[in-house]
Amino acid sequence: MTQTLPRTHEPSVGKPVDRVDGTAKTTGAARFAAEYPYPGLAHAALVHATVSRGRITAIDTTEAAAIPGVITVLTHHNAPALKPPRRFNPLDLSTMASGTSVSYLNTDEVHWDGQPVAVVVAETLTAAREAAALVEVSYTTFASTVDFKAEEPNAEPQKGNLLMSGSAKKGDAEAALAKAPVRIEARFTTPPHHHNAIEPHATTAMWDGDRLTVHDGTQSIDWLRSHLALRFDVPVEGVRVLAPFVGGGFGGKANIWPGTILTVMAARATGRPVRLLLTREDVYRTVGGRTPSTQRVALGARTDGTLTALVHTSVTRTGRVGGNPEQVTSQSKHLYDAENILVRQNVVELDLISNTAMRAPGDSIGTASIDELAYELGMDPIELRMRNEPERNPIDGRRFANRKLREAYRLGAERFGWADRTPEPGSMRDGRWLVGMGVATAFHPAWQFLANVTVRLSVDGSVLVRCGFQEMGMGGATAQAQIAADALGVPVESVRVEYGDSSLPLSPAAGGSMQTASVASSVLTACEKLRRKLARLGRPGDDPAAALARAGVPSLEVSVGSDTRIGRLTGQVRFLSKLIRDQRRWMKAASGAQFCEVRVDPDTGETRVSRWTAAFDVGRVINAKTAVSQLRGGIVMGIGMALSEETLVDPRTGRIMNPGLGEYHVPVHADVPPIDVAYLDEPDPTMPLGLIGVGEVGITGAAAAIANAIHHATGRRIRELPITLDKLL
Amino acid sequence: MVEVRLRVNGTDEPLDIQPQVSLLDALREYLGLTGTKKGCDQGACGACTVLADGERINSCLALAVQYEGREITTIEGLDHPLQGAFVRHDGFQCGYCTSGQICSAVGMLAEHKDGMPSAVTKQASGGELSAAEIRERMSGNLCRCGAYNGIVGAIQEVAR
Ligand code: FES
Ligand code: FES
Repeated sequence: MTQTLPRTHEPSVGKPVDRVDGTAKTTGAARFAAEYPYPGLAHAALVHATVSRGRITAIDTTEAAAIPGVITVLTHHNAPALKPPRRFNPLDLSTMASGTSVSYLNTDEVHWDGQPVAVVVAETLTAAREAAALVEVSYTTFASTVDFKAEEPNAEPQKGNLLMSGSAKKGDAEAALAKAPVRIEARFTTPPHHHNAIEPHATTAMWDGDRLTVHDGTQSIDWLRSHLALRFDVPVEGVRVLAPFVGGGFGGKANIWPGTILTVMAARATGRPVRLLLTREDVYRTVGGRTPSTQRVALGARTDGTLTALVHTSVTRTGRVGGNPEQVTSQSKHLYDAENILVRQNVVELDLISNTAMRAPGDSIGTASIDELAYELGMDPIELRMRNEPERNPIDGRRFANRKLREAYRLGAERFGWADRTPEPGSMRDGRWLVGMGVATAFHPAWQFLANVTVRLSVDGSVLVRCGFQEMGMGGATAQAQIAADALGVPVESVRVEYGDSSLPLSPAAGGSMQTASVASSVLTACEKLRRKLARLGRPGDDPAAALARAGVPSLEVSVGSDTRIGRLTGQVRFLSKLIRDQRRWMKAASGAQFCEVRVDPDTGETRVSRWTAAFDVGRVINAKTAVSQLRGGIVMGIGMALSEETLVDPRTGRIMNPGLGEYHVPVHADVPPIDVAYLDEPDPTMPLGLIGVGEVGITGAAAAIANAIHHATGRRIRELPITLDKLL
Repeated sequence: MVEVRLRVNGTDEPLDIQPQVSLLDALREYLGLTGTKKGCDQGACGACTVLADGERINSCLALAVQYEGREITTIEGLDHPLQGAFVRHDGFQCGYCTSGQICSAVGMLAEHKDGMPSAVTKQASGGELSAAEIRERMSGNLCRCGAYNGIVGAIQEVAR
């Protein structure tokens, strides 16, 4: 960094800076995707298939079309043509985001119960909804496989993906297990889950010839843009996706689901701007959720607690129409220094909608039953973990970029008061309540992807950072403003960040906890460039704006990365090779220790979470307020996973039976105690500014900590999530 | 079609709508007041909470025609210390539940002051508002981002 430009302001990185979009959100000014007014706006409503596999034999739209205000009813008879999605190509990550392989309304085939088979477009929302209920569809049905439990024995080995291998092996774990003096063997199941962002998926689409403008609640504006250009066969340059506010995603808005495509199609067919806000039921029917899983965990140890064998295998599902297999066993490759390790993942394909990523895919439902082994050994579960805490990545001996799990446990245990716990199950009480304390490890890998940015400084001292990243509540704009402010030595209030628009420089999608680090890296490079240029213009002692003024330049802009087609492609190649190189060199991850206290009613089996402390190693924290909120949000979702969340799929028909917030229970205010979040705040030396993404690590280990606490309270090991009261009686 | 005259945020709004149009759709789709959010349209999430004569209601479960002559207040018409407190306490992430949380909290504070009982308070009283009490009374407003701690903090600050 240059000497000539002094930092005249207190650094803002690490401070609890208020969100830059806070006022917009507390006054109702923030507009989400279904809230853009357009003259002549029409409304869409979906009709869902009611069979899991079959063909449409007849579709009668007469009654629907007769409803006053209906403009058209699109079915496979009259819908505009749609190109099929492309196969996965590592140089074009948008090919990962197809949602399903179905060409909606371009086929009479039905591939899952809930697949959209018609779209009504009407002058009013009321008319569209009323008409959609009147579309009559007949089918011939084909045999289908929809029952996960029944199909589980037919599971096949799962392929790995770009970032994680499907299976791994060190030594001979099964043989070591057979010989181990102490061992445990357990089977766990987790149900399907749905993201349930409070904003249902929404799209407003408008065509102007071959040019398309789309407001969409998406986690990946760039993927959506390429995907729409491909499906509607128009030049990508003419497609603009806008998503300045997204009402939560959690993975559910990363891929492109039918609602978005069909809104764009409806706009194409009618020549009108069209809006579709999915109903909550539409979301369950047309957007994938998290796969269910069955897991076997077997641990073998010497009597001193040294692990000799770790076996973790899983079965999950995908849809026959798509979905990425979930990496359920991934943590088992990184957490414990077992001499022999075997992880294997199997998968079945069902006639259901594709599964999709949901907050910390794999890592949030992967279970390590170290707690059970601790009881078997008569050891404290933290002590057992520390005894097996690895120096290097257990499965392959790679270095850890940064691993401070010991420190996280120490910090968490102290804040939580772990020492006050009496280990005997059922030994702690508070009046009639059985009290239990549980602990588990949080872990989530860290990545970085390509991000292009521009940074402009104006002579009035204001700074503009531009990057097409997405914001769905993580506080991305606030964090990047802080980073740019510190890098340029200006107050954070003088930095404005433009994001959420595909016409801005390319950003990776918001997912995998990698957006902040990816964008930060380029913002830092850009600011560095800018400072170098300013140093040439100004004199020693000038602040940035003064340097510009002295040179008589109104503004100065620098960019990192190129947004031409070829520029993006070479950028991706460069990044991909860096990613692969990094992956070989070291294992990067966020980690932490989750501590919770539960109270279980001995008569009703009701479980209440009464206290929570989590201590994380997430590198350097950029914003003390928003980072803690994200970590807490993950824990809250983990509380739901442990105690109440479950999507029920009818094993006969493949239809989701509880498609609503009244029947799928997410945690409410009364379910969530004060959550104490601590972090070590030590930079990871391999990451920009030393930061590691915090979007997902919060949920990992949360459900396990609760299950362990319930065991401590009651002596009961419930290995089937969610742990509802009936299972405790 | 029926004619209704809604009074929203102090302004009279004549509307010609179908009788089954909810108050929520009337606000969002006909009056362009999109600050009030739709999360479920079934009374299960609280995102659509508005105030009718100061009382909190789920506007998705209310027919617009029933609210003629009532004073409707939406987030756009609110000027309340809770709004700033939500920012300071980071009582949201994505912001989609926020209008509902804030309107609900305004209504809840008034209910508590009026001595309306809850599952936590056995006897109705307008006394101090504990965190447990806030959590119980706010449980109709879901926040999937999990900003509950911040929301409770913001409400406590304002209730003091
Ligand atoms: S939209 Fe009214 S309660 Fe959910
Ligand atoms: S802030 Fe996102 S749902 Fe509450």
